[in-house]
Amino acid sequence: MVSVPSTSVDSNPALLDEDGVIESASIAQPPSAFDVAADRAFRGAALGLAWGVVLIVCLVVVKVQSVALPAIHAYGAGFISGTVWDANRAIFGILPQIFGTLYTSIIGLIIGTIFGVAIAIFLSEGFLASFIDGGLKMVGYADNPWFGSLPTRIEALLKITLELLAAIPSVVYGLWGIFVVIPLVRPWADWLNAHLGWIPLFGTSLSGPGILPASLVLAIMVLPTISAISRDALVAVPPKLREAAMGLGATRWEAILGVILPAAATGIFGSIILGFGRALGETIALAMLAGNANVISWSIFSPCSTLAALLANHFPEAGAVEVGALMYAALILLAITLLVNIVGAVILQRAEAGLRGLR
Amino acid sequence: MGSKRSGFLLMPGTTLCAVLLLASSALGGGNITLQGTGATFPAPFYQRWFSEYHKLHPEVQINYQALGSGAGVKQFTDGLVDFGASDAAMTDDEIKQVKDGVVMLPMTAGSVVLGYNLPGFTGDLRLSREAYIGIFLGKITAWNDPKIAAANPGVTLPATKITVVERSDGSGTTYVFTNHLSAISDEWKAGPGVGKSVNWPVGVSGKGNAGVTALIKQTPGAVGYVEYGYAKETKVPMAVLQNKSGNYVKVDLASEQAALAGVAMPADMRAWAPDPGGADAYPIVTYTWLLCYKKYAKPEVAETLKAIIRYGLTDAQNFSAALGYIPLPAAVVAAVTKAVEQITP
Repeated sequence: MVSVPSTSVDSNPALLDEDGVIESASIAQPPSAFDVAADRAFRGAALGLAWGVVLIVCLVVVKVQSVALPAIHAYGAGFISGTVWDANRAIFGILPQIFGTLYTSIIGLIIGTIFGVAIAIFLSEGFLASFIDGGLKMVGYADNPWFGSLPTRIEALLKITLELLAAIPSVVYGLWGIFVVIPLVRPWADWLNAHLGWIPLFGTSLSGPGILPASLVLAIMVLPTISAISRDALVAVPPKLREAAMGLGATRWEAILGVILPAAATGIFGSIILGFGRALGETIALAMLAGNANVISWSIFSPCSTLAALLANHFPEAGAVEVGALMYAALILLAITLLVNIVGAVILQRAEAGLRGLR
Repeated sequence: MGSKRSGFLLMPGTTLCAVLLLASSALGGGNITLQGTGATFPAPFYQRWFSEYHKLHPEVQINYQALGSGAGVKQFTDGLVDFGASDAAMTDDEIKQVKDGVVMLPMTAGSVVLGYNLPGFTGDLRLSREAYIGIFLGKITAWNDPKIAAANPGVTLPATKITVVERSDGSGTTYVFTNHLSAISDEWKAGPGVGKSVNWPVGVSGKGNAGVTALIKQTPGAVGYVEYGYAKETKVPMAVLQNKSGNYVKVDLASEQAALAGVAMPADMRAWAPDPGGADAYPIVTYTWLLCYKKYAKPEVAETLKAIIRYGLTDAQNFSAALGYIPLPAAVVAAVTKAVEQITP
């Protein structure tokens, strides 16, 4: 009894001493010339690439602007307020496209945000776990380790499935929209138009492609962006906040709506801005679903046109004059996207400042 | 294989693809790749023609990219390709910009049809000139309009709203169709006019023949213009149209050939048929052109291209009807065969 611990005590310090000496000798060395060079090279490369990104954006803007310059001089501000695009008569105006771009993006974003945030709450607040646990308790499997990890596994599966939506090519969304979404919404659209046609929102009948199908498909396209980032934001809310809310007697929904969602608002808002950027620039799916008609209408069943779709449709066959006008339109799309991002960044900053005390 | 391949004299511009093809077919001699860009309208016919030629002459590889007539003319003018293709013949101004000279060769012809979707309606839908002009101008908005009903006695047409479907992208098909509409209606000429894309008064639009066809098929009450070959392949119902003589004509090989028979081929090969006469002529037909340079820097390119075109004028014409195109009339074949000789090394 006595001899065993004594030997272990004797041998252990000796080993530790040896190890300690050897390790400290190998670690505490000044960086070699190679280390310094590698570090400098890496820093230089990272800095160069970071500036390279900025440079590329500037080059794109400069190039687009230089091609657009004749059109900017020729059409000026009338280009933005004009409603006719007629390449044969060299009359160009993109008000319907600006309207269509913003209208479809905003409707798509509203639908996408509602579903995206709901999904994020569902996947992050343990709803699945409480549901499955309840079921497991009834059949007496609640303590089984395999079944115990079931909610986490299903959550992971749902998350991956959702993120997979982002990997579907745009053109597939477009085809799916034509062959699935449009026939699906047609009976509802016809009913709404027939019975509630006096509301401007339902003022025209659906002629196939239009604002509603385009917005619905956009909503699905921005869904993975919004739900994935919102979920991360919700998960990142400090547990002490959650516990404090519960400790003060808040119900689950009071805690979610009153405490956790506001605390995660920054991240959720960021996800919405990212989604908006995606929706504004979406091209092929919209070229297939918006109807590409030069129309400004508040009716969600009316066809419309978007800036990106205009570019995609007209670029391949455009003559020199039309290319200038198209570049002008591209410049305006760039400006709109930039504006949205700046406004988003400002709001994010404000929101973050208001929440600083919580961290 | 390797030893045979090493014996080749590789011409500049040969692609790896061509090398591999040659290696696998184990043939000797030089090989050559021609690059072409242009119209989508005749693309199925061109693809077939070039692939058949390649089967007979494995040393010749022809890459045809169907990017559209506008892209075809642009790349041809910039000298980026060996030949171009366009549904709208080049204008005098466009020809002036090509320093090596232009030889325009009509290689095939096709027609544009009005496809429609009227659920519950069977039989042939007849559209008078007044009716289809009215539909595309947005003046006729329902299928039971008296102007449509007048041409379809004994048939009850539904009160379905008409949805006009157009091409959203610039295209030769649009050019041919609007050229026809302008020829038969002064109001159209003064309004939307002629072009590869025009400012449509009404309707929705889809991208490419495929997009238009999909929209027609998905939208009850839709009517839109598509290339005949495409409509035939996808089995879209096609309207029977009234021609210049006032007769209602179904689109088929006989009516298309009747239309071409009435078009005289001028020396510069720019024959337009915006509204062909003839009692049995289908009203919307067009030639489509291959654009070649008069002078080629490399003699072998010129010779190969001429051989390909001669094949296209003779044996390849047999494929066109099955693909929905019109075989060239014998007189046109003779004229084009002569014109090919303008291509010189």
